[in-house]
Amino acid sequence: MSSYTSPIREPLVTGHKTYHQITEDLVSPTEKAPNGAWILGFLISVSLLAFGLFCIAWTIWHGIGTWNLNRTIGWGWDITNFVWWIGIGHAGTLISAILLLFRQKWRTGVNRAAEAMTIFAVLCAALFPGIHVGRAWVVFYFFPYPNTRGPLWPNFNSPLLWDLFAISTYFTVSLLFWYTGLVPDFATVRDRAKGLRRKIYNFLSFGWTGSAKHWQRWESISLVLAGIATPLVLSVHTIVSFDFATSVIPGWHTTIFPPYFVAGAIFSGFAMVLTLMIITRKILNLQDYITLAHIESMNKVILVTGTIVGVAYLTELFIAWYSGYVYEQFAFFNRALGPYWWSYFGMMFCNVLSPQIFWWKKFRRNIALTFFISIVINIGMWFERFVIIATTLARDYLPSSWSYYTPTWVEIGIFTGTIGLFFTLYLLFTRVAPVVAIAEIKSILKSSGDQYTGPNAIHHHDHGHSHASHEDDHHAHEGVSHTEESSKVVNKPLMTVVKDDLKKLEGIGPKISETLNAAGIMSFEELMNTPTETLQSILDNASGNFGGNSPESWPEQAKLAFEGKWDELKDLQDRLDGGKY
Amino acid sequence: MANHKDIVYGLYNDEEELLKAVKVAGDKHIDIMDVYTPFPIHGLDPLLGLSESRLHIGGFVYGALGTLTAFLGMSWMLAKDWPVIFGGKPHWSVPAFIPITFELTVLFASIGMVVTFYIINGLGPGVVNPTIDLRITDDKFCIAFDTASTDKASAESFLRSTGAFEVNSKTI
Repeated sequence: MSSYTSPIREPLVTGHKTYHQITEDLVSPTEKAPNGAWILGFLISVSLLAFGLFCIAWTIWHGIGTWNLNRTIGWGWDITNFVWWIGIGHAGTLISAILLLFRQKWRTGVNRAAEAMTIFAVLCAALFPGIHVGRAWVVFYFFPYPNTRGPLWPNFNSPLLWDLFAISTYFTVSLLFWYTGLVPDFATVRDRAKGLRRKIYNFLSFGWTGSAKHWQRWESISLVLAGIATPLVLSVHTIVSFDFATSVIPGWHTTIFPPYFVAGAIFSGFAMVLTLMIITRKILNLQDYITLAHIESMNKVILVTGTIVGVAYLTELFIAWYSGYVYEQFAFFNRALGPYWWSYFGMMFCNVLSPQIFWWKKFRRNIALTFFISIVINIGMWFERFVIIATTLARDYLPSSWSYYTPTWVEIGIFTGTIGLFFTLYLLFTRVAPVVAIAEIKSILKSSGDQYTGPNAIHHHDHGHSHASHEDDHHAHEGVSHTEESSKVVNKPLMTVVKDDLKKLEGIGPKISETLNAAGIMSFEELMNTPTETLQSILDNASGNFGGNSPESWPEQAKLAFEGKWDELKDLQDRLDGGKY
Repeated sequence: MANHKDIVYGLYNDEEELLKAVKVAGDKHIDIMDVYTPFPIHGLDPLLGLSESRLHIGGFVYGALGTLTAFLGMSWMLAKDWPVIFGGKPHWSVPAFIPITFELTVLFASIGMVVTFYIINGLGPGVVNPTIDLRITDDKFCIAFDTASTDKASAESFLRSTGAFEVNSKTI
C-alpha cells in the first residue's frame, strides 16, 4: 500500500511530524499545568456561570414575571438564545459526519473540538425551553410515560414536542459519536500516564487495545453513525424551524424556514468553530494541525452558507411583496423599518455583507480578520433570531396590544450564564482530552503531511522508508536498544528506488509520466540527466500519440525540481508554453 | 482473562512494513494472533483474513426497532389509549408522527450500535486489558503470536526477517 498524495491539495499537517511527535504535541496539553491565560479564562467563565445559575434560581423562585415578556411578546431572549445555541451546535456534527461522508480530510484537524462544542452548545440550548416553561420542576411532563393524569399522553402532533425528541436525540447521538472517537485517544493518553492518572484514563479509554478487529469495527461504526447523523443534523434545525413555521403568525409561517434555518445553523456553527479554533491553536500551539488550509476551508463554508442565508432573507422579502397578503407585507416592513430596525440592519450587515469579503483568498487566509468576522457572525446570527422572534411578535394583528420589549437583568444574566457554561466546559475539555483527534491525524499523515505532499515535501522513496532516518534518530534518542543494530540491517532497502511525481513538470501528463517510468526514468534526478534526444526517442517509440509534446525543457525543469527550487520552477513554467520554450 | 497466554510479539516502525510482514505471514501460513496499531490501517483486514464487520446490520435492526416503537407507540397512545382531538385533526394523524419516528429510528440505531460495539469488543468502563507494549498507542505497529498455536522460534525468526526492530515475549 502506498498512500495517495494529491499533487494539488495543501498539506494538512505541517512541520514534518512523525507519529511520535503527533502524540507528543497533542497529548502534552493534558499533561502540563494550565497556563495563566487558561486560568484567567476559566475564572471568568465560572463567574459568568455562577451568576447565570443565580439568575435561573431567581427565575424559578419568583417566576417568569422576572423577565420582561408580556402578553404580546411571549418569546424573547429565552427562545432567541435557545435557537442561537442550537444553531451553533450544528457545525460539530456537520464537520464530523457530513465531511466524513465526503471524505474531506481537513475535518480531522477540527472535528474533535467541533463535536465537543456541539455537545456543550446543545446543553446550553436545552436549558432555555426547560426554564421558559415556567414550572421547571414539572418539565418531565413532556415525556410520554404511563402517568396518573389519565394516562394522558403528550401531544405528538406538536412541533414543540418534536423539538424535544429531536434535541435529545441529537445530544445523545453527538455524545456517543464523540466519545467513541475519543476512546483510542484516551488509550494513547493512558499509555503515557502513571499512577492514578493512568487508572483514570484506563477507565475513560474502556480498556482499548488497538487490535485490528477493534479498529475495523471502530471505522465501521464511525461511518454508519456519520451516515445517520447526517439526516439527523439536518432534521434538528428543520424541526426547530417548525416551531415557527407551523404557527399562523405572519413572518413565521413560511415554507422557506427549514432550509433557511439549516443554512443559518451551519453558518453560525462554523463561525463559532472558527472563534474557538483560532484561540485554541494559538494557546495550545496547534498551528501545525489546524493550519491556514483548515481556516480557509471553513471560511469557504462560511461564505457559501452566509450567502444562502442572504438569499433566504431576500426571498422572504420578495415573497411577502409577491403574496399580496397585507399582514405578511406589514410584518416584513415592520422588521426592516419598525421599532427594531437596528436589529434588522445589524443582521443584514453581519450575516450577508460581512462574509462576502471571503471571496478573496487573501482574506480567507488572514487569521486576525477571520477571527473578527467570526465574532461579527456570531452576533449577527443572534440578531437574526431576535428579529424573527421579538420584532415579529411586537406588532401583532391588534394595534392596541402592540408592545416593545427589552430584557431584564435576569434574562441577560441567564444568557451570559450559558456563555459561561459553554466556555467552562470547553476549557475543561482542553485539559482532559486531546483537542485534535490523534489517531485520525496519524491516519492522514502519509497522504496529507507536508513531508509527503506540497512544496516542502522531501523526496520520498516509494516503499515508505522515507522517514527511516527520522525513526532511527527517535530511537537513538529514547535509548532503545540492542535490537537497533539488527533492525538497521533489515530495514536498509537493497536498492533505493526514488520515485517522484513527474507530472509536476509542465508538459508531462499522466500518460507521458507512465511512459517515462516504463523507460526507467522515475525521479527528477534521472530525468535531468537524460538528454533531450533520448527523451524524444522514448516518446517516439512509445505507443500513443505524443506528437505535440516536446521534451526540450524537461531536463531543466527536472533539475530545478530535484534541487527543490520550486519558486524558480514556477517562474520557468510561467514562461513556458506547454513545456516548450 | 482467566487464561494466560504466552505471546511473542514484534514491533515495526511503519505501517507499510507491517502490511508487508502480514502478507508474508499469510503466504507462509503463519498464524498471527492479532495485530495492534495506533490507528486504523487500510488494507490490513483482507490480509489478516478478517471478514467485514456486521455492525451495520445490527444498526439496521436497531433502527427498525426504533421506527416501530415510535410509530406504533404514538399510534396506540393518541388513537387508541386516550384519543384527544388536537386542532380538528384525525386521531391517527400519520404525517405528524413522521418527525418523532425518524428521531427515534436514529436514536435506537445509534445507541444499539454503540453498545453492541463495546460489548463485542470486550470494552467498557472499568475494563482492564493486558498491555502488550505502551508504544502501540503511540507510534509502533505490533504483530503478536500465541505460542500455543505458533512455534516460538519460528515466530521470532519471522518477525526479525520481516523488519521488526524489537522482538519480545510476554505472558498476558
